[in-house]
Amino acid sequence: MTIKAMKAGEVAKKVINKDDLFIVDVRNNDAYDDWKIEGENITSINRPYFDLLDGVEELVKELPENKEVLVVCAKEGSSQFVAEELSEATGRDFYYLEGGMKTWSEHLEPVKLGDLEGGGSVYQFVRLGKGCLSYMIVSGDEGAMVDPLRLTDQYEAFAEKLGVKVLHMFDTHLHADHISGGRRLAEKTGGTYYLPPKDAEEVTFNFEPLEDGKEITFGPDEVKVKAVYTPGHTIGSTSLVVNDTYLFTGDILFLDSIGRPDLAGLAEDWVGDLRESLYVRYKKMNQDLLVLPAHFAKLKELDEQGRVEARLGDLYEENEGLQVEDENEFRKMVTENLPPQPNSYKEIRQTNMGKVTPDAEEETEMEIGPNRCAVS
Amino acid sequence: MESTKVLDAKGLACPMPVVKVKKEMDQLQSGDILEVLATDKGAKSDIPAWAKSSGNEIIKEDQEDSVLKFWIKKA
Repeated sequence: MTIKAMKAGEVAKKVINKDDLFIVDVRNNDAYDDWKIEGENITSINRPYFDLLDGVEELVKELPENKEVLVVCAKEGSSQFVAEELSEATGRDFYYLEGGMKTWSEHLEPVKLGDLEGGGSVYQFVRLGKGCLSYMIVSGDEGAMVDPLRLTDQYEAFAEKLGVKVLHMFDTHLHADHISGGRRLAEKTGGTYYLPPKDAEEVTFNFEPLEDGKEITFGPDEVKVKAVYTPGHTIGSTSLVVNDTYLFTGDILFLDSIGRPDLAGLAEDWVGDLRESLYVRYKKMNQDLLVLPAHFAKLKELDEQGRVEARLGDLYEENEGLQVEDENEFRKMVTENLPPQPNSYKEIRQTNMGKVTPDAEEETEMEIGPNRCAVS
Repeated sequence: MESTKVLDAKGLACPMPVVKVKKEMDQLQSGDILEVLATDKGAKSDIPAWAKSSGNEIIKEDQEDSVLKFWIKKA
């Protein structure tokens, strides 16, 4: 009888592989209701640790006998405490989540999307705990990043493993749900940080404007990145087309939903732009492009390898956000009944503009909780 | 605010602040007030959540720099 650490990466693989796992989440009810680990074959119950101080006998009765049981808390301490109690009471092994929900929230699971015709390849980083997607495009020993998160250590470790230097960082827009890693990576590697100029009017640092039609060719495989202005989620939102194969849509178009126009408080002003981007600009593009968004909302959007991608033409058939012919109905859909705004979205925007500089702990705190960048 | 006892849980990480609070509260009489000082950020939501769950009452909350303060009245 002992307790063992389970790493966030192991949990991520269980989610992707649809493995069985029983979770006892010992955070308080509010934290659990706001946000928890989910998966097709993951069962979880919420029993706050402070209700278990007098003993775990009642809890033991609720546990399956032949499944792995993982105890989860915010940081780690309480889950170790409860796992030990459980192990003592039952004589069985119990797992606790190493680093708790904090580490789960920050874990990036890299998956390869595919090789590019003419050389190069594209990797997707799936942040299961929050639904963020970011990307590394590799061209020989040179790399580019799309919508990189602040968790730059994980990208750097991955790039080093591939023998790649990331020199081109692209943000499709000024993010409101997570702190960007674009500027930090560019500073570290001596690379360039590209940001749409219309989103960057208030930023306090130097950047390279990502203007409509701009083309950047990089690396030995001469991978081509082309910027296409597609506003609506923000006024600057810009998509990227890579080698006429992949379409990075940022927060404009997701697989199962569309972007929301309200995070800068301008839903009414931007809804027309959103409509134009989704119903005109993308429609004119090569429908065989593979859409790579900056978020997923539901686990069913992941394929069996954990990848989130779909053919543009298929989304025009399947994505409900692209089926609304009537403009007024569309306007209603994206301005009414919006989900709650992401935690700390105003502070996150300020951080991404360089106006405030929170410390690492504050940054973690700001990003805690579910992602809410999509309509519905 | 008058308190019957002060518990210094500064520097302790989760779950210890709540564990200590519970131990102290078990020693007190109904109506007594325990003053708690803690620095673990988790305490901010967990001590009130514990109080609610155990039927005790938080009568005051305060924060001085990074030190969280709670006054808990025993039910």
